[in-house]
Amino acid sequence: MSASLERGLNLWREVLDTPSASFFMSCVHCGLCADACLFYTETGDPQYTPIRKLEPFRRLWRQEYTLLGKLAAKLGLSRPLTDETLAEWSPLIYDSCTLCGRCSLACPVGNDLAYLIRKAREGMAVAGHAPQGLIDATRRTIESGSPMGVRPAAFMTQVRKQSEASGVSIPVDQTGADYLVIMSSMEIIGFPEYLGALARIFRQAGISWTVSSEAYEATNSGIQIGVSDLAREIVMRIVNAAEKLQVKTVIGPECGHAFTALRWEGPNLIGRPYPFAVVHVLELLDQLRTDGKLHTTGQDDTPLTFHDPCQIVRRGGVVDPPRRLLNQVASDFREMEDAGVANWCCGGGGGVGANSRADALRFTAFKRKKSQWDATGARTLVTACANCRNIIEEGLEHYHLDLQVIGLTELVASRLTPPANETETAAS
Amino acid sequence: MDAMTFLLWTRGPGLQIALALFLLGFVLRLFELFSLGRPPDLAVPRPGYRRGGWRTLAARSLPAGTFARQAYVTYGLSYLFHFGLFFSLLFFAPHILLFREIIGISWPALPNAWINAWALLAIAALLLMLVQRLIHPVKRLLSTTHDYFAWALTFAPLLTGYLAFQHALLPYTWMLGIHILSAELLLACLPFTKLIHFATLFVARWYNGDIAGRKGVAS
Repeated sequence: MSASLERGLNLWREVLDTPSASFFMSCVHCGLCADACLFYTETGDPQYTPIRKLEPFRRLWRQEYTLLGKLAAKLGLSRPLTDETLAEWSPLIYDSCTLCGRCSLACPVGNDLAYLIRKAREGMAVAGHAPQGLIDATRRTIESGSPMGVRPAAFMTQVRKQSEASGVSIPVDQTGADYLVIMSSMEIIGFPEYLGALARIFRQAGISWTVSSEAYEATNSGIQIGVSDLAREIVMRIVNAAEKLQVKTVIGPECGHAFTALRWEGPNLIGRPYPFAVVHVLELLDQLRTDGKLHTTGQDDTPLTFHDPCQIVRRGGVVDPPRRLLNQVASDFREMEDAGVANWCCGGGGGVGANSRADALRFTAFKRKKSQWDATGARTLVTACANCRNIIEEGLEHYHLDLQVIGLTELVASRLTPPANETETAAS
Repeated sequence: MDAMTFLLWTRGPGLQIALALFLLGFVLRLFELFSLGRPPDLAVPRPGYRRGGWRTLAARSLPAGTFARQAYVTYGLSYLFHFGLFFSLLFFAPHILLFREIIGISWPALPNAWINAWALLAIAALLLMLVQRLIHPVKRLLSTTHDYFAWALTFAPLLTGYLAFQHALLPYTWMLGIHILSAELLLACLPFTKLIHFATLFVARWYNGDIAGRKGVAS
């Protein structure tokens, strides 16, 4: 057995807990998780059945944590785990799962399969069976602070540009501000107008906020690939900056996986609770709305629909805020079938978008999303995750489709009631 | 061995051995499960999260909207089988007498015609589930010898019970003995098969609901 395989299996032994064992023990091989998974529904290939993707991890549990399994292993009746097996399963665990958790919602015995895949990836990564795309993204995060290689200077340039474009100065490294805004790499590179939109909303609401020149992004490829010490290092950067600036609340990016990494996994990775709160930007906007601090004018009357980012909605609990915000600024908001917690993934979360080995499969899986918005008749799709947005735009390009994709924060900002002095200027 | 000796053995020592194996196995499996433990969650949960586990524990017994619509055959057969098993196992008068002997409590029985119908439904559903397991690409790929063994373990007491009830195929005493023996086999093997889901699914559902509930999601 190779040293890396042994390390990988040891990690599996370490992360195997009572919930995992209860899931493995309860599976009756009914196969209903397949129907919940877009990689199965769009390909019809049974190997993409979620529980099937966990077979090596499950085998370790059976061989080492059950009496009959141990007996069978001693008598040589079961196949030991090898590097070949793990290599064979690598595409199943990394390419055909976005950790979207839809199967976890469908399983009749209650298995949280995404929870298991997340753990399975830890052993796979350490055993050396993670895809190159994710390895590179993780390495870039450690070297430069960002999986897409966004260095501090590049971030500061975007801050300056957005400041100019929005006409609102964006506070940097402001000690004692209430809120620290964190972005995702995709937002910084692909959709920086999100920051300008926030600046305008926060000016109207009179919020004290800042960005940090040291910790500006929360995309955590350490979690996507399954390497906890790297994931911890990425989270620690944000924790250090938030503690140094003494902020009360960190605003997680729109980006779903980055939010999950910071909000739900972060404290467990660093081994202590945060001295600050973490909220998703949509939760904050909805709170501002409730508090009467979010004033918008008029409504967009183009038919539009909403794509639920998995990690924000199904795995993040931010279900109603995007709907309340949309209904405030749009008059013809149409829900997709399966909207909300049961919505379908864009196909590129959980590191799949950063893994070029998965490209062809991802485009096939994307058809599910397409059929969903087609059924609504809307030609404008609103979402709240820069990664979903990028994946959807790549899908549109791949299939030569016509659909307008916009971010919810920008949509809200575009309807902001202009400040009194600007209204006067416009009137005069 | 004559039929009566056989029947008496199944009703006496056979039953005791099966019950002992079941209890031993069950406790062992629970130990295997809970000795692993669960690390504490340090992320601040959303308000009301304590209900999450219990909510999912109950809710997953009901057909889940969009998922049930997609897989109505699997859902339908599974409900039929489980209801059929539930009624014919727990509400058949002779079974209730046996339970009273073992655990000391009893309850009213359903009329025999009802039991007959439920048992037939359960048998038919199990047969169709086997066919589905053999032809559905997903189920077929997932299935191992274990799944077919568990199927046979479950099917045997239902079928032999029905035949004994109908006084069919073999003399009644033989058939009843075989029926009891098949139930004892099921009982003794159950903890070591996937059939243990009858108990562990409540543990799995609770964790699933708790993990989701902490994030404010009704799972």
